[in-house]
Amino acid sequence: MGLKEKLHSFKEKNRNKKWIPAFNAIHTFLYLPNETTHNGTHIKAADDLKRTMNTVIMAMVPCLLFGMFNAGYQHHLALGEIQAVSGGFLSAEFWTLDNFMVGFWKIIPLVIVSYGVGLLIEFIFAIINKHEVEEGYLVTGMLVPLIVPIDIPLWMLAVAVIFGVVIGKEVFGGTGMNILNPALTIRAFLFFAYPTWMSGDKVWVHGADPRVQDLAAGAQPDAISGETILGSLAQNNTSMIDTTADIWNAFLGFIPGSIGETSTLLILLGGLFLIFSKIGSWRIMLSSVMGAIVMGLIFNFVADSGIISESSKFYGLMNTTFWHHLLIGGFAFGTVFMATDPVTASQTNKGKWIYGFLVGFISIMIRVFNPAYPEGVMLAILLMNVFAPTIDHYVIQGNVKKRMKRLKVKTA
Amino acid sequence: MGLLSKKDAKLITDPLADNNPITIQVLGICSALAITAELKASLVMGIAVMFVLGIGNVVISLMRNIIPSKIRIIVQLIVVAALVIIVDQVLKAFQYELSKTLAVFVGLIITNCIIMGRFEAFALANGPWKSFLDGIGNALGYAVILLIVGFFRELLGSGTLFGVPVLGDPIELTGVYKYGYENNGFMLMPPMALIVVGLIIWVQRSRNKALIED
Repeated sequence: MGLKEKLHSFKEKNRNKKWIPAFNAIHTFLYLPNETTHNGTHIKAADDLKRTMNTVIMAMVPCLLFGMFNAGYQHHLALGEIQAVSGGFLSAEFWTLDNFMVGFWKIIPLVIVSYGVGLLIEFIFAIINKHEVEEGYLVTGMLVPLIVPIDIPLWMLAVAVIFGVVIGKEVFGGTGMNILNPALTIRAFLFFAYPTWMSGDKVWVHGADPRVQDLAAGAQPDAISGETILGSLAQNNTSMIDTTADIWNAFLGFIPGSIGETSTLLILLGGLFLIFSKIGSWRIMLSSVMGAIVMGLIFNFVADSGIISESSKFYGLMNTTFWHHLLIGGFAFGTVFMATDPVTASQTNKGKWIYGFLVGFISIMIRVFNPAYPEGVMLAILLMNVFAPTIDHYVIQGNVKKRMKRLKVKTA
Repeated sequence: MGLLSKKDAKLITDPLADNNPITIQVLGICSALAITAELKASLVMGIAVMFVLGIGNVVISLMRNIIPSKIRIIVQLIVVAALVIIVDQVLKAFQYELSKTLAVFVGLIITNCIIMGRFEAFALANGPWKSFLDGIGNALGYAVILLIVGFFRELLGSGTLFGVPVLGDPIELTGVYKYGYENNGFMLMPPMALIVVGLIIWVQRSRNKALIED
């Protein structure tokens, strides 16, 4: 008897045990189940939930690897140990093993904690509620390490994951029933609970902020600083993005920021992969970019026409050229990987256009008008998550009305 | 209970759990969200509501046969308002700092749905002694939830209980702060109070399935 049959008979034998969902989850993750469908004809599709989830994770892997290199690069760069990149995306200064290892040892624990804690909660709820473990956490668990600052303490991440999975998902009934995107719920929790670790100009580069504990251990205070472009713009300081090279770096991702969101290029590749594999909705991505551009143009107009003065605290961000907004901050990452979450986004095609457009529109609005939350995309997506069912409702009602009218014309 | 008959005792114990004004009837939520960031404020608020509801219930119950039903809401409001003003003045006289923390929410006891709800539902139809017990019982049920929410919010949000640092000093880094623990700022925000109340409701209803409505 091979391993596969052994596992299968083990499963049959323990069918009624309490912990069997946990075993099933691991079993079906590793092997194709040995079950065939009985009676009747079935249409089979290869893209089950697991494959869908894996496709999204694959789309994120480049961002994760880039994040590891970038973490080391920003760290060494801020310490003045290496030169800034000069030769485009494949610069030798960037892709060094040294850079990678710094990021690797910082980021792998985040991934392990995110998956470990999140899946543990999923398993516990599956056993209590006596259902199979859902695959929903696979993507969330990968998203979470990509959208937090590099130095976030592991226990904070664990607390946030527990909160996000329980309050954001399980109370609504688990995967597929959640109103809010769990990964963003986790980030929002961290953002409001531990603001000193999640915002400001010192958290985005590894080692930039020697905390009190580290100081006791002999760290140098203010050794390096790691301000994000968005953060500096919010303070009317445009020096970080005033040359073409800066824009180019922002596009390629050689800038400080949350772990996985810096490289717009790789996010774009991931987005294209999602679109071609028909997992992510191109309508949402496109309309979100359109929304951001429209809002950016409005702000540019306001700034250019002199409605607000240069001394206004909004001037720095309002005067940012509209398409720069797409490259800096987490906008691209949020649009591609989080706004498109099929559970929390709008379901109807027309609804997707409206939903996406408003995500982009509100992202830039929050970004400009609230310097305390330079990352508007998180709050914008959470807000639109709440409105997605309403949008769908009105789209469907509109369709119903249209058809009723058609029906009346015919019968009349 | 020798002092109270079984039926009377039920008036006090019922609102503590299975007929709790906050978690079952979902009344008086606003103040539960607003003032529970500190245990002390929760406690004072609980006592204030107990005072207003206990005495108010008795007064309304005594007057129940002479209040014209058309203007009963106005009469009830006047009774609550008078009692709330007493509470407010006492707080201002003896606990000025605390009255500033509670700010407008003492005045807003007038609009606390629990009070008007008990007047309407109980005091207008029952005798003074029963109404008194009912008022005390409901106020206790309210205070218990406030204290639970206040306990978690103050402990996790500020690391203190009744203002006493129990988790160590976050600046001197003693106690748990030595190991990198930090206070959860989210706990101090009203949305978190709503979530804590929601969690209490969740726990309560999963322990007693009879409370779950469809």
